[in-house]
Amino acid sequence: MKKIVIHPITRIEGHLKVEAIVDNGEVKDANISGTMFRGIEIMLKGRDPRDAVMITQRICGVCPEPHATASVNAVDDYAGLTDKIPENGILMRNLILGTRSVCDHILHFYILSGLDYVDPARVLEYNGSDKDLNTLKYFLQQGYSKPFLPRDEIDYKFDAETTNAVVSHYIKALDIYRKAQQAATIFGGKWPHDAAIVAGGVSQQLTADRVTEFIWRLEEIVDFVKNYYLPDVIAVAKTYSEYLEIGKGCQNLLAYSSYRTKSNGSYNDTLFTGGLINNIDKYSEININNITEDVTHSWYKDSEPLYPGEGKTEPAADKKEGYSWLKSPRYNGEVYEVGPVANVLSTYLGKRDPYIKNMVDNALSEIRGNISNMYSVAGRHLGRVLSANIIADQLLGWARDLKVGEPTTVEYDPPADGKGIGLCAAPRGALGHWLNVKDGRISNYQVITPTAWNASPKDKDGQPGPYEQALVGLKIKESQSPIEILRVIRSFDPCSACAVHLVTPKGNLIGKYKVV
Amino acid sequence: MNTKKSTVIPVINIQGQNCTGCATSILCSEYPSIKNILLQDIIPGFKLEFIFHPNIMTASGNLAMEILENTAKEKGYVLIIDGAIPTGSNGIYCITGEKDGRKSTILEETLKLAPNALLVIALGTCAAFGGIAAGNPNPTGAQSVGDIFLTNKIKTPLINVPGCPPHPDWLFGTIEEVLTKGLENIQLDDFRRPKTYYGKLIHENCPNRAYFDEGKFARKLGDEGCLYELGCKGSITYADCPKRQWNGRTNWVIGSGAPCNGCTSPEYPDFVGDFYERIIDVEVPANEKKAKIQKKIII
Repeated sequence: MKKIVIHPITRIEGHLKVEAIVDNGEVKDANISGTMFRGIEIMLKGRDPRDAVMITQRICGVCPEPHATASVNAVDDYAGLTDKIPENGILMRNLILGTRSVCDHILHFYILSGLDYVDPARVLEYNGSDKDLNTLKYFLQQGYSKPFLPRDEIDYKFDAETTNAVVSHYIKALDIYRKAQQAATIFGGKWPHDAAIVAGGVSQQLTADRVTEFIWRLEEIVDFVKNYYLPDVIAVAKTYSEYLEIGKGCQNLLAYSSYRTKSNGSYNDTLFTGGLINNIDKYSEININNITEDVTHSWYKDSEPLYPGEGKTEPAADKKEGYSWLKSPRYNGEVYEVGPVANVLSTYLGKRDPYIKNMVDNALSEIRGNISNMYSVAGRHLGRVLSANIIADQLLGWARDLKVGEPTTVEYDPPADGKGIGLCAAPRGALGHWLNVKDGRISNYQVITPTAWNASPKDKDGQPGPYEQALVGLKIKESQSPIEILRVIRSFDPCSACAVHLVTPKGNLIGKYKVV
Repeated sequence: MNTKKSTVIPVINIQGQNCTGCATSILCSEYPSIKNILLQDIIPGFKLEFIFHPNIMTASGNLAMEILENTAKEKGYVLIIDGAIPTGSNGIYCITGEKDGRKSTILEETLKLAPNALLVIALGTCAAFGGIAAGNPNPTGAQSVGDIFLTNKIKTPLINVPGCPPHPDWLFGTIEEVLTKGLENIQLDDFRRPKTYYGKLIHENCPNRAYFDEGKFARKLGDEGCLYELGCKGSITYADCPKRQWNGRTNWVIGSGAPCNGCTSPEYPDFVGDFYERIIDVEVPANEKKAKIQKKIII
C-alpha cells in the first residue's frame, strides 16, 4: 500500500488535492480535498439581495455567468418577477449563459485537458504551412518550453499528424475563447463578471446593430464547435478508447432544467430538462426538496442531513472522521453525479426530443459506444461537447427573437421578507442558489455547486463521492503525479473555488477555528 | 538556431484566494493576444516566459512545486500574485500545494518568492486591496499583498493592478511600460496603481457625464440618463473603462446600462455602499478605511 498525493492539481479552476491509496498499481481508496476557503455566503448576509447577483459571480471567474443566472433566478423568485421578465430579458440571459458556457467547454477541452492527450513538442516534426504551428515550432526551436514543460511521462497515442492538428486547434481555441467572450459581452457588459444581468431582466438596451453584430460573431464560434471541437473529442474517444470504460463513477445523474424557451406562446419550457437518471438510462423527475447535505466526514459538528435552505454549519476542525471542508450533497441519501452528461442525458431521456436524440445517437455510433459509455472519462468530454453543440444550435434563433426597442427589464419592487430558489444547468452541472430575505436584506444564502456534488467526501453510510468512486479501481503506472488520476479528475472539470466557498462557518465562530 | 535572442523575463503567477477571474480576463487579452504572449515577444526584444501558472502549465503536484522551490533560490523574475492572502490560522485557508508531504500556504510562497523578485504585481482587487476575499466580516483574515509586504518588511517594488477583474491591458500594458520606460519611471498613485490606467475617475470620461451635468438621472434601469441615482460608483472610481472599454471594445459596464460598482477601489466591495443604491455617507467610512489602507500600503 502506498499513498500518492497530487497537490496542486493544475489546469483546473482553483486549489484541489487528491490523495490516493494505491496497491499493486490499483487505486484502493481516494480522498479529495479543496484547499482554499473564503466564506462568500457569510459575506452575503446583511446585503441587498440584488447585490448577490454580482457577488456570487465572484465565487468563480471561470463560470461566473451560471452563478449570476442562478442568483438572479433566486432574486426574481423572491421578488415575484419570474413570470414578468420581458422576452428580451429572458433571451439575453440565455444568450449570455449559452455563449459563455460554450466558451467554458472549449476552454476545458483544449486549454485545461488538452495537454493530457497531445504532446505539443511533436510540432518539431511539422513541415507544413500552418502559421500557428510554425510559431510554436519556432518557439521550441529557440529553446523555450515553458509552461508546457516540465511534465511527467505520458502515454501519448496520437500520430504526429493528428497531434499537430489538435495542437493547432488548441492555439485556435485561445482565439475562439476570446472572440466568443466578446460576443457575449455585447449583452453582458464585460467578461468575466457580467454587469448587465440584473433582477428583473438584463440592463443592456437593444439596437439593431448590436444584435446584428452578435449574430455575425456567432458564425465562427458555431463553426469551431461543430468542425473542430466535436471531431477532436471524438478522436480522443476513439484513440484513447480505454477511457470509455475508465472512471465510471457513481452512475447516478442529476440535472436541473435550464434556458427558458418558448412553447405555445409563453416561456414555460426549457432547453435542458432536469431530472434523475439511475441504472444507466432510467429517467425520473426531480424534487429538489429531497436534497440534503451530510457532514459525517466534513469538518463540522455532526447533525442529521439537512435541506440546504435550513442548513447548519458549525465547524469542528478537530473532528476525527473529517477530511474535507466540503459537505456531501445527496439526493434521497444517495450519491449523484452532475455535469454536462447529466444535462444532456436527462434531456435525451426525459424529453425524448428527436433532435437531441439524433445528436446523441450519432455521436455514440461514431465512437462505437452506447449510452453506458457516457459514464466514463471520454464520455464526460463527449457530454460536454454535445452540450456545447446543443446550446450553439440555439444561439442564432434566440438572437433573432430579440425585439429591438422593446423593454429588457421590469422594475424591482420586492417584499420585505421572502424566499427564493434559483437553479441553473451550469457548464459543470446542476447549480442551485437558496436565498432568504428579512427586512429587505439577505438573512441566509446557500449555494450548492456542481463541484460540491462531484467532489464530495464520504457520507454517513460510507458512500464515497463521485470523484472518489471514479478513482477506485483505477489502474495506474506509478509516478509522481499519475496521468490516469489527472485524466479522471479533469474529466469532471473541477471548479474548486465554487465548491469550497460552501464551507460556511457562522461568522461569529470564526475566531474559534482550529485548523489542523 | 538554438539561441534565445530576446531578453527573457521569467514570470511566476501564483494564486491566493482567487476566483480565477483574473486569469480568464488576461486570457482574453486582445493585442497582444495570449498566444502572442505565451509564444512570442511581448514587445520586440523582450519575451515573458511563464514558468509557473496554475491554469496553463502542464505539470501538477510535486513537479509543479519543484519549479517554485527552484525559482525561489534564483533572482530576476517577475512575480504576479492574484487572489488575496489569508493570514487567519497561519494562512491555512489557502494552500498552494505540497511537496514531499509538506504543505505550503500562499502566505509562505509569497514570503519565499517576493524578496528575490525584480518586481511584484498584485493582480486584481483581491491581491491589491483584499477585495471580495476580504469582504466584511473577512472570515479568513484575508490581506492584500501590500499588507503582507508591510508586515514582513519586504522591499521589492510592488505595483497594484486592481479590478474585479483587471482589464488585460492594465496588466500587460503596465509590463510593457516597465520594459519600455524603466520601472523607476512608472507613475503610481497613492494606492500604487499605475496612473496611465487609474489616473482619472470613470466619471471624468463617462459618456453619460453630460446627463449628470444637466441633472438628467435614470430612475430605473433602461431609462436614458446618468446612472448615479441607480447606484453608479463611477464618480468615486478610478479607471479608464469609458475610454478603453472591455473585451475588444464590445461593451463595458456603464455601456451595458448597469451601474459601475467601483471594483478598482480599495473600498470594494464594502465601503462603496449597496451596488444599486445611490452613494450614501461614503465619505465617512470610506475615508477612514482609505486612510488605514493608505498608511499600510505606502511603504
